[in-house]
Amino acid sequence: MSDVGAMTIASAAGAASRPALLPLSVRDLVLRFGNTIVLDGLNLDLGATGCTMIMGFNGSGKTLFLKLLHGLMQPTAGCVSWGGLQPAEVTARQALVFQKPVLLRRSVAANLDFVLRSRGKDRARTGALLDHVGLARKADQPARLLSGGEAQRLALARALATDPEVLLLDEPTASLDPASVLAIEQIVSEARARGTRIIFVTHDMGQARRMADDIVFLHNGRVAEHSAATDFFSEPRSETARHYLNGRIVV
Amino acid sequence: MGNILQGVGDALGLAIQLVLSGDPDLLEIVFLSLRVSLTATAFACLVGLPVGALVAIGRFRGRNGVLIVMNALMGLPPVVVGLLVYLHLSRSGPLGFLGLLYTPAAMIIAQTILIAPIVAALSRQVLEDLHMEYSEQFRSLCLTRLQTIRALLWDARYSLLTVGLAGFGRAVAEVGAVIIVGGNIDHLTRVMTTAIALETSKGDLALALALGLILLIIALGVNAAVQSVRMTAARQAYV
Repeated sequence: MSDVGAMTIASAAGAASRPALLPLSVRDLVLRFGNTIVLDGLNLDLGATGCTMIMGFNGSGKTLFLKLLHGLMQPTAGCVSWGGLQPAEVTARQALVFQKPVLLRRSVAANLDFVLRSRGKDRARTGALLDHVGLARKADQPARLLSGGEAQRLALARALATDPEVLLLDEPTASLDPASVLAIEQIVSEARARGTRIIFVTHDMGQARRMADDIVFLHNGRVAEHSAATDFFSEPRSETARHYLNGRIVV
Repeated sequence: MGNILQGVGDALGLAIQLVLSGDPDLLEIVFLSLRVSLTATAFACLVGLPVGALVAIGRFRGRNGVLIVMNALMGLPPVVVGLLVYLHLSRSGPLGFLGLLYTPAAMIIAQTILIAPIVAALSRQVLEDLHMEYSEQFRSLCLTRLQTIRALLWDARYSLLTVGLAGFGRAVAEVGAVIIVGGNIDHLTRVMTTAIALETSKGDLALALALGLILLIIALGVNAAVQSVRMTAARQAYV
């Protein structure tokens, strides 16, 4: 009840005084499809700033966890609280970049125009955003003919166009060449420097070393380890994280 | 047997002559046909596309029932549609005061009713497939229902062109509905299909064949045009 009141006052007073999304608190989160248990009582607390990397084996539920955080799915049990708010209430204040970017059947610039217009933002920003992600020369080209790296940069520009307070990234650099990976990392780092909270799913150890402040390691539907990035790579506390870092398969 | 073929051959010669000379009676019939069917297609799209889009993205009780009805209505027999419109527009019918029976307007109404379900059902399928691809991204962007529908309609524009073409093809080729509500009145409601039916029964094969030729050419031409637009769009990955 108090949340609803706070939201009303905040929206009247403008974005600046909206209740903060962070810290994030996840309690006993369970996600089950039939007999398949994806998340099994996951608990996690994240602080207000920085870049958190989520790692874990394939099928450990990283992507679904991100979707739960973003309010695209409902958990079977447990709760996610963004500064006291439900994920679905704050979806618009976050942006999610999917592993495979879904681009509209329009030009590169029109893809950004669409988002800016639908959010009631200044469409004059299209040029600056394209410039920011190095796609200015491709503005008039069909978006779906971009290379993988370019498409992902456009998806990132689209996410940034919404001025998100939290940027969720689901393996945005999977299967990209090293130059494209670095380009995307730089754009994300700049967003982080401007105060955007980054939550980043990756399998790329090098990327995690370069970018992460802290690492959340998921295994068997729970947080097996949550520690500062330096600690995680030098002295992983959990057995499974050690195996993961050594490239061993854990069942 | 030989005589009939001989007759057809002569008629075909005459027909080609009629087409090439731009016979005014012939042109009048062709233009009325196009006017009626294109207008009906426009109205059918105006109604059918939003309905198709709403059903495509909607999740509501009885949706399956709606789908079955929509798909079944695609097969509406033209004569039945003609009869229903006739009953409404005839002088003693509920809309008789409008005085629309045996006018091009009545023909447009009948053809619109005939093809709106086709546009709705086919566009529903096209838009639902596209929505499957876009829906998660759209939910992440917090688009409203209206924004979603507008984006889907625009992004499916080239596929919807084919849907509109299917409707137009059905309208321009049907004879049952327009002959009942239009009456095939010379210089007023005579269109290509009704004229072909009449001239054939009168034994005037030349005019019938000429109209048949034009009907085929229009069908081919429109299809070729849509196909080339789609191919251009496909090269840009816009389909």
